[in-house]
Amino acid sequence: MTRERDLPRYVEPSFLRGLTASRITRRDALKGAGALGLGTFLAACGVGGSTAPSRVNWVWDKATKTGQLDFANWPLYIDSTQDASGATTHPSLDQFTKDTGIKVNYSEPIQDDPTFFAKIAPELKLGQATGYDLMVITNGIQMTNLQLKHWLVELDPAKLPNFFQNAAPRLKDRSYDPGNRFTIPWQSGFTGIAYNPSLTGREITSFEDLFDPKFAGKVGMMDGNQDTGNLTLIGMGINPQKSTPKDWQKAADKLKKQRDDGIVRKYYDQTYIKALSAGDTWISMAWSGDIFQANLSAGNDDLKFVIPVEGGVIWTDNMCIPVGAAHPLDAITYMNYVYQPAIAAMLAESIDYVTPVPSAKDAIDKDVAQTTDPAAKQSLQATAGSPLVFPSQSEYAHSYYYRELTPSEAGQWNDIFGAVILT
Amino acid sequence: MGRPALRLRWGRALAPYLLVLPGGAWLLLLFVLPIVTLAITSLQSGDFITGFVFSWNFANYPLGLQIYSEQYVHALEYGGSATIVALVVAYPAAYWIAFHAGPRKSAYLLAVLLPFFVSFVIRTLAWETLLSDNGPLLAPLKAIHLLPEDVRVLATPVAVTGGLAYTFFPYMLLPIYASLEKVDRRLVEAAGDLYANRYQVFRRVILPLSIPGVFAGVLLTGIPAVADYVNQDILGGVGTTMVGRVIEQQFEVNTNYPLAASLAFILMLGLLAMLLVYQRLFGTEEIMGG
Repeated sequence: MTRERDLPRYVEPSFLRGLTASRITRRDALKGAGALGLGTFLAACGVGGSTAPSRVNWVWDKATKTGQLDFANWPLYIDSTQDASGATTHPSLDQFTKDTGIKVNYSEPIQDDPTFFAKIAPELKLGQATGYDLMVITNGIQMTNLQLKHWLVELDPAKLPNFFQNAAPRLKDRSYDPGNRFTIPWQSGFTGIAYNPSLTGREITSFEDLFDPKFAGKVGMMDGNQDTGNLTLIGMGINPQKSTPKDWQKAADKLKKQRDDGIVRKYYDQTYIKALSAGDTWISMAWSGDIFQANLSAGNDDLKFVIPVEGGVIWTDNMCIPVGAAHPLDAITYMNYVYQPAIAAMLAESIDYVTPVPSAKDAIDKDVAQTTDPAAKQSLQATAGSPLVFPSQSEYAHSYYYRELTPSEAGQWNDIFGAVILT
Repeated sequence: MGRPALRLRWGRALAPYLLVLPGGAWLLLLFVLPIVTLAITSLQSGDFITGFVFSWNFANYPLGLQIYSEQYVHALEYGGSATIVALVVAYPAAYWIAFHAGPRKSAYLLAVLLPFFVSFVIRTLAWETLLSDNGPLLAPLKAIHLLPEDVRVLATPVAVTGGLAYTFFPYMLLPIYASLEKVDRRLVEAAGDLYANRYQVFRRVILPLSIPGVFAGVLLTGIPAVADYVNQDILGGVGTTMVGRVIEQQFEVNTNYPLAASLAFILMLGLLAMLLVYQRLFGTEEIMGG
């Protein structure tokens, strides 16, 4: 999944105030525009948050079940098998249709957040339907834009009992969507380092390994400045959430030196994985689940993924309903459905990113007990035991979400890191 | 009697307009309108969230030039070199097909064109695989120590230039071939009768007559090569970004539509200016090699 999360410049708080119905005081606005991050900022402006919010795009009084669902997802991001005729099927979707009678029209149009956003924005702007009832968007700038533009349907908590019962506690408190008003997680993942031990000649543990002159021209970094910027801050021992523009400049200088010394081969998008597999890069910034998938499709165990000792980045892809969706009730039914441990387990067994349902582990363990085929058993055990699917406290403890950026900070961040990466 | 004649006259009078209508409508809808929209967008200010407002905001232009001058230089550099490479490779090939391929001309032309029936993104990705550091091209050379171990082609300007030259190769070859094909063979004979040697025949007869084709080929290759944003993304690396990719990023990632539009406009105007100069220097009345 390509993630280019460069940040645009946001709104003047005063303008947002004018946009929103609820009146707030100047002090609230200043508080919101302070260092408390976007969540607070939105809350203060009445675009989300706890103080008697006005409903945004509330469709649940009129929505009825239609028996159809148009689901837009990323490639390789759901369980797939081949049926007898060779066609691809998705068992979890078939199960959903069996249980609810809702037919899923599943497609994979999302190659990365920015391009998908650019594709649907014109329709949303004109108030037309996008043709999708459910889409999966990463926490980041496009998610922010969707919320600021009021392009998402507010969710009805009463229709999501499984989520509130089974989701990992940390997912019920996400700064980019306080109180899960518009989104609930699909999967999460880590940004860390992938490497090929036979080429690097040693095990990789540290962020500093990306700067080793021995690997000159064989290092891949990411072209999304959120990933690269945040991982660098963490690598320098700075908590992104507490970082200042001074720190960003320091991080950018470090990256610039790495670039000018010829250590970086390229700033990659999704294609970093191809370069790693081909041996063009020996060590590269990477997303956790991709490496598992790459080894699986190559039929070997060449690549390894590690969260550096200094810490990694954690991100979450979220299900949300765009405004104008024709089948919102079917969409929210599905969102609730995948929070059953058994279904979450089905997905986790083949996606290998971080599942939002911790109790899916028990369901997988049950599958392990029932499986007789040794190869399948081993694969299931690997999933159940993988710290990248069921991270322990220690993985979480030194992984950080992207730095929350207020409007003026976002522009700065963009300029500082864009100057290094886009050359 | 009068009526058919009248109809005939009406038809005569309308014919040119009717003939130009489809093309004209096409240009108006798919060229003029977008250009006007782009121009208007490039003078807007604001941001994506609050919406963009038209405000004669000319500041976008100097800003874009100031931040991304290096990427404009890259675009001219790589696009220009790719055009020259394509010309140097395509001219002899076109010459040979036109003068020496005999009855198998169409077969050779088809052979040149055949790869281009495949999407160019796929072909570029194929180059990425072929040029990979330990790929089928470099690995054998490294194995016999003709190349040092750490040499790479991918993620260098060479790969970008080569990729561009390859992508637009037929656009260079075909017009040159067409103009060479049209050279009257009797002129070649006549030049021979006047004691021109083979070199002089080429320099004083064939080359001047093929100039319209070269002119067209350079345009058809150069303009899209300078504006390309796919090749560099796949084959390039650090420090090979061309302005086309900046425009794409500004549009999609930063959603800064006015800046993206002004960057695109600067590129277009720059190309147009160069085109006019080029036409002054080498141009012919008949651009398409008539």
